[in-house]
Amino acid sequence: MASPSTTDFSVRPSGRTHAFWQRLRSGDDIAYVITLTCALSILAITALLIFELFRNSALPREKFGWSFLTGTTWDPVVGQYGALPFIYGTVVTSALALLMGIPLGVGAAIFLAELAPTKISNGLTFLIELLAAVPSVIFGLLGIFVLVPALVAAEPAIRAVLGWTPLFSGPFYGVSMFSAGVVLMIMIIPFIISISREVILAVPTEQREGALALGATKWETTWNVVLPFAKKGIMGSIFLALARSLGETMAVTMVIGNEPKIHQSLFAPGYSIAAVIANNFAEASDSLEKGALIELGLVLFGLTIIINGFARVLVLSTTRKGTK
Amino acid sequence: MTRRIAILNVLLAAIVMVAAAQQVLINAGGATFPYPIYSKWFDQYHKKFPNIAINYASIGSGGGIAQVTAGTVDFGASDGPMTDVAIKEFQDKRGSAILHFPTVLGADVPTYNIPGVSASLNFTGDALAGIFMGKITKWDDPEITKANPGVKLPSSNIVVVHRSDNSGTTFIWTDYLSKVNKEWETKVGRGTGVNWPVGLGGKGNEGVSGSVQQTANSLGYVELAYAIQNKMTYGKVKNAAGEFVQANLASVTAAAAGMKEMPEDFRVSITNAPGKGAYPISSFTWLLIPSKIADPAKKKAIKDFLGWMLADGQKMTEALLYAPLPQAVVAKELKAIDKIQ
Repeated sequence: MASPSTTDFSVRPSGRTHAFWQRLRSGDDIAYVITLTCALSILAITALLIFELFRNSALPREKFGWSFLTGTTWDPVVGQYGALPFIYGTVVTSALALLMGIPLGVGAAIFLAELAPTKISNGLTFLIELLAAVPSVIFGLLGIFVLVPALVAAEPAIRAVLGWTPLFSGPFYGVSMFSAGVVLMIMIIPFIISISREVILAVPTEQREGALALGATKWETTWNVVLPFAKKGIMGSIFLALARSLGETMAVTMVIGNEPKIHQSLFAPGYSIAAVIANNFAEASDSLEKGALIELGLVLFGLTIIINGFARVLVLSTTRKGTK
Repeated sequence: MTRRIAILNVLLAAIVMVAAAQQVLINAGGATFPYPIYSKWFDQYHKKFPNIAINYASIGSGGGIAQVTAGTVDFGASDGPMTDVAIKEFQDKRGSAILHFPTVLGADVPTYNIPGVSASLNFTGDALAGIFMGKITKWDDPEITKANPGVKLPSSNIVVVHRSDNSGTTFIWTDYLSKVNKEWETKVGRGTGVNWPVGLGGKGNEGVSGSVQQTANSLGYVELAYAIQNKMTYGKVKNAAGEFVQANLASVTAAAAGMKEMPEDFRVSITNAPGKGAYPISSFTWLLIPSKIADPAKKKAIKDFLGWMLADGQKMTEALLYAPLPQAVVAKELKAIDKIQ
């Protein structure tokens, strides 16, 4: 005679219900529903964010239309708002930070993962991860009290080497787009290093052994085998760094000079989107200025999506070529 | 025994209810500049009358106007008077008028860093406007040197530093420049933030003073209280009577006293004020109080507080480096308290 419990199951009218109960018992459906809710909530938050930014910027969108993106005047007194100097400042400082930060960060990650003795590597990595946890306002203070005076002292040397380009012309007051780029670089390097190091460490040992067995030197193995393998992960770390530098507020506003004008020289002051929002939102003079600042938030959002998408396409096209 | 406990409970409940009925909680918010003196006042007042608690959030003048208009605070505070448009908006939304009550006075001072010059410089209004317009670019410009006989000024470029964040401090500064210089008024104008023709932006008083201290041959403006607290050197400014006046609490109060015709609603700019010894870049800061307060307990508490602030409160201002109101203004405000209904 069968046990009561098996009998219970066998008399259930529908096979489908039966299957559902069984799966529920093993937890799969619960896990599915919970994780799906998590994933959907992220989408919902993003959609809500875009909707709110769009809704609250109706006033300047109606008044200026697309010319908001190309306007170069920001004048609360007469109610004229243009975003171009801020877009320019944001893009230039982030590009500068990446340009200096990628070689330094990836180079350091290669050393820590491939060349340094384990003890030194672990110790240094711990310190670098601590650096990633430092609040950005601390970097801003460091920037204004240490970096800016140091850059003023180093200015003749920089000018002697790079002064022939229009990028390093004009007077230098210490606070500038260049200073902001350097502070951002210091802030994003820990991200690049710690993630890239993990990714490089995750490359299977067989890959290295195979290359070494074929007669490659240690550096050839790293450069030709390990790095291409880890490329996607390294790119991921760079995206994260880019996102942080585009949105950075406090550290940038303290050293960029906060002048909403487009200057060719990196030694000149500039202004970034995140900085102008932080500076002016609390004391916005009227609803038009408030709306214009919210629209700048929308622009920053769009800018981040465009730059990230562009970078992703670039990575995809190069990785495909590599694997073929 | 149980009966006694029951009686005690009833008594206790009665006491709690009476206490709850008397407890008055008032919410306020706005300007950051007078926050130190306001928090001292509200704290002292609460110590004197423990059943009245006024909670003040220093969210900025713009926030103060917005919150009082939205009705989320019982009264607001602002470093600049509300515009006619803002007052109309308040009336449409809340169905009553908004009253301005000056509380204390503040001022802006020009601060500079010229290597080798330690003297307190004299500035005319035209010199300051010219420098901030980018028309006067060198320290040895005649407009500056003629006001400073005996001081050797270098022929270096002036680095202008202004506030990057919107601020009441900037409003006072640009309001003064607009009054003394027509070109400034038409080309730049006055506001909590303006389209600066030249210069670097620093966030907050600390950002401006930091940039000035680190940049040779620079000129910026900060609040008087901030300059005194940080022992900064700052210049004298020529007033409407033609004297170069050093900013201090007395000369700022003198600027308010010099206003012969105080308007009924107290919305007045006292920059470039007439009168001997008046410091020209001074301003009131205001409490914004609705003329109709529905809750009688709140209404009484706010009116009582205003009376106290104008008497005992004014004696606490100087220790915190705010200039007290002149007697004539106090007398006029005491009469205006009755407008709150």
